[in-house]
Amino acid sequence: MKFTIGWLKEHLDTKYNDNKIIEKLTDVGLEVESFENASSELDSFKIAKIINTEQHPNADRLKVCDVDIGQSDIVRVVCGAPNAKKNLLTVYAGPGSIIPKNKMKLNVSKIRGVTSYGMLCSESELNLSNESEGITELKKDKYFNKIGQNFFKNSSTKVIDLSITPNRPDCLGVRGVARDLAAAGAGKLKKISNKKVKKDGSHNVKVSITKDKNQGCTIFGSCLIKGVKNKESPKWLKDKIESLGQKSISAIVDITNYVMFDLNRPLHAYDADKIDKEIIVRNSKKGETLEALDNKKYKLEDDMCVISDKSGVLGLGGIIGGTRTGTEFDTKNILLESAYFNPRSVRRTSKLLYLDTDAKFRFERGIDPESIETGLTKAAQLITDICGGKVSKFDIQKLENARKNKIKFKLSLFENVAGFKIREKDIEKILINLGFEVKNKKKELELKIPTWRPDITQPIDIVEEIVRIKGYSNIRIFEPEKIRGKDTLNKQQKLFHFLQRSVASKGYYETVTWSFTDSKLNQLFKENYKEIKIVNPISSDLDVLRNSIFPNLIFYLKKNLDRGFKDISLFEIGPIFIGNQPGQQLTVVGAIKSGKMSRLNWNEKDRLVDVFDAKKDAIQTLKEAGYDKDDFFIREKSPSYYHPGKSGSIYLDKDDIEPVAYFGEIHPNIIRKLDIKTEALVKFEIYLDNLKENKLKLKDRKSNFEYSDFQKSERDYAFVVDKKINAQDLIQLIISIDKDLIKSVKVFDVYEGENIPKDKKSIALNVTIQSSEKTLNDNDLEKINNQIISLVESKTGAKIRS
Amino acid sequence: MSDIKKIKDEYLDKLSRDINLETVNQIKTELFGKNGAISNLFKKIGSISSDDRKKFASDLNFIKEELQDKINIKLQEIETKEINSKLENEKIDITLPERDIKLGKIHPVSQVIDEISSIFSEIGFSIEEGPDVENEHYNFTALNTPDNHPARDMHDTFYLDNKKELLLRTHTSPVQVRTMLKGKPPFKIIAPGRTYRSDSDQTHSPMFHQVEGLHIDKEINMGHLKGCLNYFIKEFFEVDKIQMRFRPSHFPFTEPSAEVDIGYELKNGKIIIGEGDKWLEILGCGMVHPNVLKNVNVNPDKYQGYAFGIGIDRLGMLKYGINDLRAFFETDYRWLNHFGFDPLDVPSNYRGLSR
Repeated sequence: MKFTIGWLKEHLDTKYNDNKIIEKLTDVGLEVESFENASSELDSFKIAKIINTEQHPNADRLKVCDVDIGQSDIVRVVCGAPNAKKNLLTVYAGPGSIIPKNKMKLNVSKIRGVTSYGMLCSESELNLSNESEGITELKKDKYFNKIGQNFFKNSSTKVIDLSITPNRPDCLGVRGVARDLAAAGAGKLKKISNKKVKKDGSHNVKVSITKDKNQGCTIFGSCLIKGVKNKESPKWLKDKIESLGQKSISAIVDITNYVMFDLNRPLHAYDADKIDKEIIVRNSKKGETLEALDNKKYKLEDDMCVISDKSGVLGLGGIIGGTRTGTEFDTKNILLESAYFNPRSVRRTSKLLYLDTDAKFRFERGIDPESIETGLTKAAQLITDICGGKVSKFDIQKLENARKNKIKFKLSLFENVAGFKIREKDIEKILINLGFEVKNKKKELELKIPTWRPDITQPIDIVEEIVRIKGYSNIRIFEPEKIRGKDTLNKQQKLFHFLQRSVASKGYYETVTWSFTDSKLNQLFKENYKEIKIVNPISSDLDVLRNSIFPNLIFYLKKNLDRGFKDISLFEIGPIFIGNQPGQQLTVVGAIKSGKMSRLNWNEKDRLVDVFDAKKDAIQTLKEAGYDKDDFFIREKSPSYYHPGKSGSIYLDKDDIEPVAYFGEIHPNIIRKLDIKTEALVKFEIYLDNLKENKLKLKDRKSNFEYSDFQKSERDYAFVVDKKINAQDLIQLIISIDKDLIKSVKVFDVYEGENIPKDKKSIALNVTIQSSEKTLNDNDLEKINNQIISLVESKTGAKIRS
Repeated sequence: MSDIKKIKDEYLDKLSRDINLETVNQIKTELFGKNGAISNLFKKIGSISSDDRKKFASDLNFIKEELQDKINIKLQEIETKEINSKLENEKIDITLPERDIKLGKIHPVSQVIDEISSIFSEIGFSIEEGPDVENEHYNFTALNTPDNHPARDMHDTFYLDNKKELLLRTHTSPVQVRTMLKGKPPFKIIAPGRTYRSDSDQTHSPMFHQVEGLHIDKEINMGHLKGCLNYFIKEFFEVDKIQMRFRPSHFPFTEPSAEVDIGYELKNGKIIIGEGDKWLEILGCGMVHPNVLKNVNVNPDKYQGYAFGIGIDRLGMLKYGINDLRAFFETDYRWLNHFGFDPLDVPSNYRGLSR
């Protein structure tokens, strides 16, 4: 919503200066987007000084000039004028400028091999005179200290641009803004002149509103103005229209627009001679078409509110008119429309047709139904003043009478909500100034709501009006109490927090990536989940919700590899989506690691990252989150995007059905498909939703401190076993012999190759044995020793190596 | 007697020279070995006349001790010397780099969420969450933004179906609705999370983060709202004084509604919060609309309160001097390293928000 201070003052008697007005607008909730000079094409013409000239290397008649345009950098301009010389003050036009004479737009261009940034202008090019021989010469004494300033003085006044919230249609007109300012004490709202128009013409166009279901038009006012002479708008009107950044079209169109900006009263002017007999406001039928004033043809659906005549649709009510009855410069008789269209109807139609217009913007927010005659009067006055013509009586067709809504407002509500007191008298005054009719009924006000405020429907709205006008600065500060009645985080949130910081402490950089991703990437990681398409994605490569955390991680890993990084560890903790319904999402930690450990290290040998790095980080993270590693169980199962032989899953307990984590090397096919240039790539993922809550608090989980001081013994074993036998089984087998005696089993060597049969491997274990009751003697130890060997041999077919 | 003296003088002299461990050991044997000089003298004690025996024994013991002491001192000397010379040989270049420790980083958004949670925790808010995918009822209708309301156009919404019933939440406000529907007043929660709008340029990102706040009780008014936000902003920016401005605005789900600006100034291109005369909009808030309370079965005649929504990314940018919103989500390793936080820097009430 744009207007000039001058225009505002046509409605507001105020002693406030510009800055105070701006401040007040902000205070009452009319957000000032900008307050600046109306921009003009001429702003790009600057006073400039030639600092130096050189001969153009490739052209005898051209010079290359260094020009000071008042900025930190000097610009180079190629110029053919004979009078271009050092120290000359002249007019410079930068790239993007439009030359007034020929309307040419300047670009940065190469002139015979030398780049020229803009040009130096002749008087003729600036439409100052016919002098086109050389560039403009400015008088030194007058211009020497104005280098960089605009050459053309800006005659236009400053324009205020307000960002009007959707609840305030009334402030889409200058008068509404003035009313708010007046209520807030910035001045007095001027009365609208009561000048009557002479209505001595005849209205011979019949108007009717059909009683269709959900008829979108409830009031249709009109008058006929005959014998007008449409023309270019007078300067004052043109200036007004142009100051808002709009194009002046013709007096009649400009006047209807002016009334709209002034009073927020949209009008439409029809060429009355082009109307076929009568005006019928009705619902459209599917298949009807309209050639609209935006030069597009619209196919209508059923039940859109249209203005029509005997031959068809003339316009979409409250949205746009049609070309068939548009006014032209030769229009002689006009029918002026001032109507009330239902916001829902307008919104529905414009949505269906993807059509957005100024009128639509206003009607869907709600136009004052009582401004119909005011609008007709003001427009008719201006039209007859400027274009002549005879005005008919106003014809007002109504389906229903507009009624003022009433609200009973308990005065105590104000303090209850606002938290501060204000005198009853002040409340009444504010409301009256805003246009309310107020009856004080002791502790309660009976209010009639002004028809231009469709947003006000209940007492709480009245509270807002009063606080807003009184000023939000009056709201007191009640310091918050530092009392905590409930835990801040629940268990799942605490877990999230632990996991996040735990993974980060292992060298991984946390990242946050989109919840959406490229369906092509997602395809590689989605497993059995359903693809969830976004109907209106921001771009075609962000077209689905992610089914996995890895598509984005891999994508960005690749980008960083391309930047020249090699050893990268990244993780994200966030949602993945397994369905398109609310709540069909899982919280997942995904982490990836590429390259080598100890690269370029003087005292440690480097090596590629491998599956056991991923496993270590996954297991350590779970331990740090409070789970007991002794219960963990590893299985070979993992999603298809992992290397099938070098990956696995972690279960919190052997008996669990769902794993809590996967780890492993990435499937080589994915590396190949995505052309990822890295020596090695491993990853792990943890599913928060599968992590059982630790029911016990830490204080209840600590068991008694028990220890044994009896001597412990260590024994080493080397078994030759089938390759299929895994270490976890061997270890658990040995521990199962006596959990109390066997304190730990460590794998210290795994060997395949020479001296070992092809399908076998040698696995070396160190077993620690200690009793909590006595020092074990040789006999005891020998017994356990034999048990270990015989059990392992019998259960796994292993052979002890001697 | 003279034997004793002779031995003593001879060996004291030997021991005073610069000798090595081997020589000392040899001396030891020569003196105290089976046939050592001193040992032999002791053997003689029995053959000495009883008159002289006592003195002889006493002298011999005295000299034995003296020589033994000397030998021990010599041994220690040699040991120290040897250790010193060995240490001298073991000297290494201590300026060589230490072994690597790889500590990762926490993303600024996560850090800021933790800071916010810590601050609100202290004044009794607990944390709620809601789904990223919402239906239009929770995202709009229940929040007093019916289908025909122009305010819907203010949100560029991502839809998941053609009927426009499923969408990515455009704000964290649906968590208000879910929280109130599943519980009973009073409510005092914040809800941080991801939010989505389908626009994208320098200052907008299709995904961003918000934190919703909701406090509903019997007598919560705009003064409490102002107090809460005033407290939060001061704590968050870790300054003693802030300038805060409430401006009337409009959100369908609050009435009255406000936008909040904080005062700042630019010093060397950096934003300084709390000083200066420029205003920066940082959040929207208001008193929860009675229609919203009705929609979640809370009686608006009994309960009232406030809600607010703050852009988390923006807060982070202001506090930590980050210029580009888009960079938050671009996973540039250099950026993450630069703006990321040490995982041990956990914001807390008692240790403070940040170092």
